[in-house]
Amino acid sequence: MSVLTEELRQKILAYLPRYPSKQAVTLPALHLVQDELRHVPLEAIREIADILDLSPAEVHDTMSFYGFFRDAKHPLGKTRLWICRSLACGLRGGDELLDTVCKKLNVHPGATSADGKITVEFAECIGACEGAPAVLIDDEARMNVTPDKVDALLDELRR
Amino acid sequence: MAEFEPVLLRRIAKKADPFLAAYRADGGYRALQKAVHEMTAAQVIDVVKASSLRGRGGAGFPTGLKWTFLPKDHPGPIYMCINADESEPCTFNNRILMEEDPHQVLEGIILSCYATRSSTAYLYLRYEYGRSYRVLQQAIDELYNNNLLGRNILGKDFHLDIFLHRGAGAYICGEETGLIESLEGKRAWPRIKPPFPAVEGAFRKPTVVNNIETVACVTHIIDRGADWFKSIGVPPDPKNPRDAGSYGPKLYCISGHINNPCCVELPLGVTVRDLVDKHGGGVWKGRKAKGCIPGGISMGLMTEAEFDTRLDFSGPGKVGCLGLGTAAVTIFDDQTSIVEVLHNICRFFSHESCGQCTPCREGTGWMLKIADRLRRGQGRLEDLKILEEIGDNIGIMPGTTICGLADGAGWPVKNAIRKFRPEFEQYIRDGQKSQRLELVQAH
Repeated sequence: MSVLTEELRQKILAYLPRYPSKQAVTLPALHLVQDELRHVPLEAIREIADILDLSPAEVHDTMSFYGFFRDAKHPLGKTRLWICRSLACGLRGGDELLDTVCKKLNVHPGATSADGKITVEFAECIGACEGAPAVLIDDEARMNVTPDKVDALLDELRR
Repeated sequence: MAEFEPVLLRRIAKKADPFLAAYRADGGYRALQKAVHEMTAAQVIDVVKASSLRGRGGAGFPTGLKWTFLPKDHPGPIYMCINADESEPCTFNNRILMEEDPHQVLEGIILSCYATRSSTAYLYLRYEYGRSYRVLQQAIDELYNNNLLGRNILGKDFHLDIFLHRGAGAYICGEETGLIESLEGKRAWPRIKPPFPAVEGAFRKPTVVNNIETVACVTHIIDRGADWFKSIGVPPDPKNPRDAGSYGPKLYCISGHINNPCCVELPLGVTVRDLVDKHGGGVWKGRKAKGCIPGGISMGLMTEAEFDTRLDFSGPGKVGCLGLGTAAVTIFDDQTSIVEVLHNICRFFSHESCGQCTPCREGTGWMLKIADRLRRGQGRLEDLKILEEIGDNIGIMPGTTICGLADGAGWPVKNAIRKFRPEFEQYIRDGQKSQRLELVQAH
């Protein structure tokens, strides 16, 4: 039984004509799988390798370099909340925001709230510096997340 | 001097509709029509060369010259890689261009591909820019539906595909050969140069890597000419034969302890002080500035006394900074401890070093450990010397690493120590500690 559904497999195959090498589809494939499954299981790595004519070790090598992809032991919650801590945000309360969110959800950075709804991550600069402190909700920026807005944000993400 | 009229932000400032019909109604794709119908590829390159446009991504390399490094009469394919990995801390100008006026960027890409005879462009977009991704994809779809992408663009023998390629959160992908490796599906480990990408780049073929703002400038250079472009900005310093000048408009990002954090477009050469006072609304809370980072954190630090420095390609170097960088200025006020600023910067580079070269992988970690020791009140005066030594010894310039991002990791550290030494010494002697040690930490 394969981990990749036929639909997912077709989506990966659709990237092949864009590139002169199959290996270039590694990142798009990993994104597709993680978006769908909220992690990238080992079996999916083997299946991606099979589609792209690579060794699973090559796919794993790329995957593990980026620190962005989660293995089966560390799946993402429903929403991934990235809290920026780089300089522009750090000067305007980014570290304090990360601290507040972690304490409210009772997690360390990288972990998921007990209800499975929110995975908290620290982020290095997310390029939303004019609205520091800023966060990313999956891949959408939310700016000016001052302490008074934290409860409403977490309520929104828990819904 | 007449009031400067925004070029790159012209449509964005009036909150214009970002999509094709409105862009065309504003004169969009006029430059492309002109190039494709009236100019050869070589003529487009000549105009860009004549404009003295220099890359906006950080290194400031002359764009037209970069294009001429491609081999002549190459059978192809030649690849265009657009660097939209914008990950330099405090930098967000490219995001604004992509989100708010995607066709201005895409027109620049198509023109650049026409000039370099590329038939495939990969726009390497950092994953964090989800909105940019969706806006650009919609704009690209419009172009395919209107014969501005695909086969026989505008009825000519000119074929081009543009593909968006999303990254996965790694600073190193902004280094052009790291970007290429990442595009190819590998670890984003920069390559030893030469061969330069123009000779052997993506998929081992000749490749040009250009920044988003750079290609957006190309649109206007073709539309309005090289002389117009050179009427903006700063001419070369006659006393410095190596200065290629700093022409054209530039997007400056202003953030940190400032009343009005924003992205503003000005002729190259504005001073930090003008950015702060005239465009950033002054330092927040009525305070004074202690200093700033002048062009992303990797360019180093400036003290408040250096704020009259002009932010053009040669200005920051005159006060010991690495360069103009991304022209992203972040102010820190006089109540901010320089130790906190140093720690934040070291934490970034320690996290983002790609790990390929030992001096950077280990050096950034050591610098963070020492910065952390300082903020715990356990610093020693000799730590300052060690920090300087590491800062001086990692990078392309000392010759210990493959890519220049290590120079950028060391530069703010040695600038911090050399420009703010009395404060560091006082901090250590008094056994001061950070007020933020109890906060949740993750490395």
